[in-house]
Amino acid sequence: MKELTIAVLAVQGAFREHEDMLRRLGCTPHEIRERADWDACPHWDGLILPGGESTVQGKLLHELHLFEPIRQAIRDGLPVFATCAGLILLAEHLADDETVHLGTLPVTVRRNAYGRQLGSFSQNIDCGPVKDYPAIFIRAPYIEQVSAKVTPLAAIDNHIVAARYQNQIGLAFHPELTDDTRIHEAFLDLAKKE
Amino acid sequence: MTKENDNKQIELNRGLAQMLKGGVIMDVTTSEQAKIAEEAGACAVMALERIPADIRAAGGVSRMSDPAMIKSIQDTVSIPVMAKCRIGHFVEAKILQAIEIDYIDESEVLSPADDVYHINKRAFKVPFVCGARDLGEALRRISEGAAMIRTKGEPGTGDVVQAVRHMRRMNAGIAKLAALREDELFEAAKKLEVPYDLVAYVHEHKRLPVVNFAAGGVATPADAALMMQLGADGVFVGSGIFKSGDPAKRAAAIVQAVTNYQDAELLAKVSANLGEAMVGINADEIELIMEERGK
Repeated sequence: MKELTIAVLAVQGAFREHEDMLRRLGCTPHEIRERADWDACPHWDGLILPGGESTVQGKLLHELHLFEPIRQAIRDGLPVFATCAGLILLAEHLADDETVHLGTLPVTVRRNAYGRQLGSFSQNIDCGPVKDYPAIFIRAPYIEQVSAKVTPLAAIDNHIVAARYQNQIGLAFHPELTDDTRIHEAFLDLAKKE
Repeated sequence: MTKENDNKQIELNRGLAQMLKGGVIMDVTTSEQAKIAEEAGACAVMALERIPADIRAAGGVSRMSDPAMIKSIQDTVSIPVMAKCRIGHFVEAKILQAIEIDYIDESEVLSPADDVYHINKRAFKVPFVCGARDLGEALRRISEGAAMIRTKGEPGTGDVVQAVRHMRRMNAGIAKLAALREDELFEAAKKLEVPYDLVAYVHEHKRLPVVNFAAGGVATPADAALMMQLGADGVFVGSGIFKSGDPAKRAAAIVQAVTNYQDAELLAKVSANLGEAMVGINADEIELIMEERGK
């Protein structure tokens, strides 16, 4: 079988950790730092939007002319897996904030929902079919509202922290910081199917 | 804290530094500057009353900033806010933790409060970044609980030579440990004056157990890209931005340079028409050597 071509947005943040995870699962990651990297492959099988600072990543998407092609690819059904800042990039709305980045995921996300770094925490949660997953939340957002077609995958105290909508999976936490590969495996399964 | 909670906190604190990678942390002295930095693409800001170049010019004892000033910056931006405390001044650190700062820089830029002991950073919930000139200093700070390391460089000079020297020394130290036989690691730990476990980690993984940024003297997009090519995970820019002619433009250019540090054409484009860089002073022309503080 042909190897999956998975792009990892590498403009800022914890992209190397996602790449290490993909390599452990036998998949070669492709770093997207500028437009030429994105254009190098005519058909991506999947895209990972890593954690980091969403304000920085959102700005660089525009400056590096990556915004339009990535948004269009997601709208056209490219499987995308977004963690923390990545979830903020995907969100159609941000709570108390006019900013919209890619805006392809019909949810409202609250940034820094648990406060500053002293509010960061880790907790084992069930995320869809993946049970007892060690989730790490760092200055994390949560999903405040979802449209009817969105499937919540995980919640803590009635706040959604993971959701899926068609080809898009958004997480408020950081599976790339753990040794547990189950969530990345689930994404690669999705990428294979699409 | 129990051992387990302690380890979880270390993981969360090292994790925040991982999120800052590939980014630029900018020194700001007012909420207006903080806003400019955030809009220019800073991944975090360092709130302080005087930037290192001015601390150098003013002389005298330099201390933690006014908490009210730091709070006004926290209220202005949504990105992480860091602040500096003096080396060994654990009460300044407690104060910064009390106002929920995201990261504390136990910094040689301020006047040291203790000429022997660094802060026991394991006793804090909030994460610390510390400066280091070589692998031994870095591992000593990590064993004290630092969750992030940066080169010391020579702050407030606009001269990148010391940051380059420190980054190369760090790399050489890591390469040397990686090349040792396992039975040679105990002697290496003794010589470096650091715990064996950290030496074994570096030997196995060929890197520090925490993120390592460049700092001290970075003034241009080319300086930032140079440090990234030498292996920095990201860059602190202190005086280099708000001591220059067009801070917003220079800040945005440095952000782009850190993302695409290997693309010389892009570096040429973002380096053009930035206005005047900070004047700078050669590191060997100055009397106050900040890098000598805290070993």
